[in-house]
Amino acid sequence: MRACANTQGVFCVYKPADVHWKLVRDTIETNLLKGVNATHPQPVPREVRFLVSSSDEPGAAKGLRVSPAAVPVLSKHPLVTGPEFQQIKVGVGHRLDTSSSGVLVLAVGNGNKTLNDLYNTRITRDYTLECEFGMATHDFSHTGRVLERSTYDHISEDKLERVTAMLEGANQKALRMYSTVDMGSQEAYEMAAKGLLGPDGKSAPILTGLRCIHFQPPKFTLEVQCLNETQKYLRKVVHEIGLELRSTAVCKGVRRTRDGLFTLQDALTRHHWSAADVMEAIYKYHSSKRNQKKILFPIRESTLETSGSRLTGTHQNKDAAAG
Amino acid sequence: MTMSTSAKLCLRWRGLLFSKTSTRLQCFQVQRCNSAASSASISSGLFLNHNLTTTHTRIKIKHQKCCYNNLTSKHLTTEAKEDKYKDLSRTDVIEYKPALSPRTDAFSVSEHVISLDLDVAEEYSALEEISDEEAAGISIPANIPPASNSLRDYVDKSETLTKLVQLGVHLWKLEQRPNVGSMLLRLDFNTDVAPRLLFLKQIGVENSRLGYIITHNPFILTADLDNLQARVNYLKSKKFSSETVASMVSRAPFLLSFSVKRLDNRLGFYQQQLKLSASNTRDIVARLPRLLCGSLEPVKENLKVCEIELGFKQNEIQHMVIAVPKVLTANKKKLTQIFDYLHNTMKVPHHLITKFPQVLNTKFLRLRERHLFLEYLEKAQYDPTLARYISLDRLVSLPDETFCTELALATLDDFYLFQKTL
Repeated sequence: MRACANTQGVFCVYKPADVHWKLVRDTIETNLLKGVNATHPQPVPREVRFLVSSSDEPGAAKGLRVSPAAVPVLSKHPLVTGPEFQQIKVGVGHRLDTSSSGVLVLAVGNGNKTLNDLYNTRITRDYTLECEFGMATHDFSHTGRVLERSTYDHISEDKLERVTAMLEGANQKALRMYSTVDMGSQEAYEMAAKGLLGPDGKSAPILTGLRCIHFQPPKFTLEVQCLNETQKYLRKVVHEIGLELRSTAVCKGVRRTRDGLFTLQDALTRHHWSAADVMEAIYKYHSSKRNQKKILFPIRESTLETSGSRLTGTHQNKDAAAG
Repeated sequence: MTMSTSAKLCLRWRGLLFSKTSTRLQCFQVQRCNSAASSASISSGLFLNHNLTTTHTRIKIKHQKCCYNNLTSKHLTTEAKEDKYKDLSRTDVIEYKPALSPRTDAFSVSEHVISLDLDVAEEYSALEEISDEEAAGISIPANIPPASNSLRDYVDKSETLTKLVQLGVHLWKLEQRPNVGSMLLRLDFNTDVAPRLLFLKQIGVENSRLGYIITHNPFILTADLDNLQARVNYLKSKKFSSETVASMVSRAPFLLSFSVKRLDNRLGFYQQQLKLSASNTRDIVARLPRLLCGSLEPVKENLKVCEIELGFKQNEIQHMVIAVPKVLTANKKKLTQIFDYLHNTMKVPHHLITKFPQVLNTKFLRLRERHLFLEYLEKAQYDPTLARYISLDRLVSLPDETFCTELALATLDDFYLFQKTL
C-alpha cells in the first residue's frame, strides 16, 4: 500500500462519554478510508483488441479487415476490484473505558511504532474527576448500585486538602519504592532532584499529583496526574477519599485532559473526525515534533528510549514547575 | 500443429471458450491421462472433469461450458475431418455434464482418439502457411482458471459480467457472498438478464437505479417473470400508483422477491395493528418500503415498547408512525435511551414528543451535546407556554452552525470548546 506522509502519524481525539473506544477507532478508520479512496482514483487501463470482420459485399477485396479498438480492461475496473484501500492500521494508545471521556491518542500506519514507544515510556496523564459526597456504590460511579448513604456536612475544604496531601505523600513514597535505584545512593538523589524517579514498565498505579480544584459540597472536583492507572482505580481513589473523611463519595465523571504531550487543545471533537481534519492534525504533530527536536536538551539516562526520554524530561519539568 | 501458440492475431471472441485446437488438445491429453491423478494436468483451456471442490466461493462454470460446446460443435462441422470431430464433440458434450465419473469417460474417449492421433499430427505442421481467414479462424483457448475466488478473472470474457459492470453493479461486493458469483456467471445476458431489466424499466425504474438494485438483490435476475408481474399487479390492485411502485422498487430492492401472500400479510398487519386507514398505510409504506421487506417481529416489539415501556397511547403512536415511519424499525435500545433522556433528564412531557416525533430518530450524542450546551447557557427551555421556547425539532434537525447562531446565540467555536468539557 502506498503511504502518503500525511496519513502516517500520531494524533489525538476527544472521546465522548458512553462510547466504547473501539467504536471511535473504527469510525476514524472508516473516515480515513473514505478520504484516501476518494483521492486516488485510478483510471481503468485500456488494452488494444482487434475486431475481425469479413467483408461480405460482392466485389470487395477478399481479405479480412482487422480493426483495432482500445477497450478498457474490466478486470481492473473499480466496480470489479473494489476500493483500492480496504484497511488502514489505526492503533489506540492508553485506552479509556466506556463511561470516561477525554483525550485519546490514536496512530495511523507507521505512527504505530511511535505509539508503541510512547506507550512503554514513563509519561504521566492528567485527569479531572467530578465527584460527589453522600453516596457509595458498588462500582464507585454514580450509576452503580447504591450501597450506602451518609452525611457530609462535617466536611470542610481544609479537611479535604489534608486528605489529598496525605494521599499524595503516600504515592510519592510508592514512586520511590518502585524505581529501580537504591534509595541510599547519590545517584538516587540526583535523579530525584531532576524528577526522574519512577517505575519502569508495569507497576501499580501511582498518582504523582493530586489536588482539589473546586469544592462545593456535595460536589467537588479533583485534578490528578498519574502513571499506569486505570479509570476504575481513579474512581476507587475517590471512594477512599470519601472513607477517609468519614463519609462516602462517588465519581460522577472521569475526564482525561492530557496524555503525554497531547492536550485538550489538540484533541479533535466528534465533528472533526473526517479524513481532512485527521490529516491536518497529523501534520501539526509532525511539525511540532520538528520544532521540539531543536529545543530539547539531551538526557544522560540511557535506559529510557530516545523519544520517550525527551517527553519524560520536559514533562517532569513542567510538573515540577506547576507544583 | 497449429496449436494455440501459432495463432497470428489476437481475436476478440465474446465468450467463446473452446476451439477446434483445444478439442484436439483434449484428445491428446486425455490419451496421456494414464492414471487418475493426472487429470488435473489437462491444459488450462479446458475445464474438465475435475472434481471441483465445493468451497462456497469457488465459481463453477460447467453449465456454461455445455452451451459453448454446442457452439464449438457447430464450428467443427465446417472442418475437413467432419465426422470424426463430430463424434468427438458429441462425446465431449456428454462428458462435461456429469462431474462424477470423470475418468471413465476420459478413458472411453481415448479409445476413439488413438487411431486419429497420428494422422492429425502429420496433417498440420507449424511452418505451414495458411491464409488470413484461416488464421483468423483459429481461436485461442482463453486463459481462464477453472475455479476462482474472484470474478475479476472472468469479467473480460463473459458478456453478462461486462454488461453488469457497465450498468454499475458492484461486482466486488457480490463476489463475497456465497454462490452469487457462480450464479452470475451462469446467467446468459440475452435470455436471463435482459428480459428482467426490461421488466424493471417497464415498471418505471430509472436506468441509474438498476445497478443499485442488482447489487443489493442479485437474485432478482433469476426470479420468475410471471411472479414479478403478479406482485406488481397486486401492488397496483391495492391502489399504489405506478410511480409509487417504481420508487418503492428502487429503494427496496428485495420488495419484488417476496410472494404476494407475504406482501398482503404485511400490509394487513400495518393496517390492523396501527388501526390506520388504507390511504395512511399506503403513505407510510410508500415512504418506507423497507417495512414490507423485513420481518414483523421487531416491529411488534417496538410497538409493545412504545406502549408499555414508554407509555404512549394508541393515538399518539399512530400519529408518530404517520409522521416518522422509521420509529417502527428503530433499534429498541436506542429508542429507549433517547426517550429516557428526553423525558427524565430534559423533562419533556409525552405530548411534546408526540408533536415532534423526529426527535426519536436522532443520534443520542447529538441530542445530549446540544441540550447540555443550552443548559450551560441557561437557555434550555422546551415548554411552549413559557418565554424563550426552543422547539424540539429545531433542536435536533438544524445543522451545527445554525443551531449555534440562532438557538444558542453563541459561536461555533464555543460549542466545540464546550464539547471538550463534557
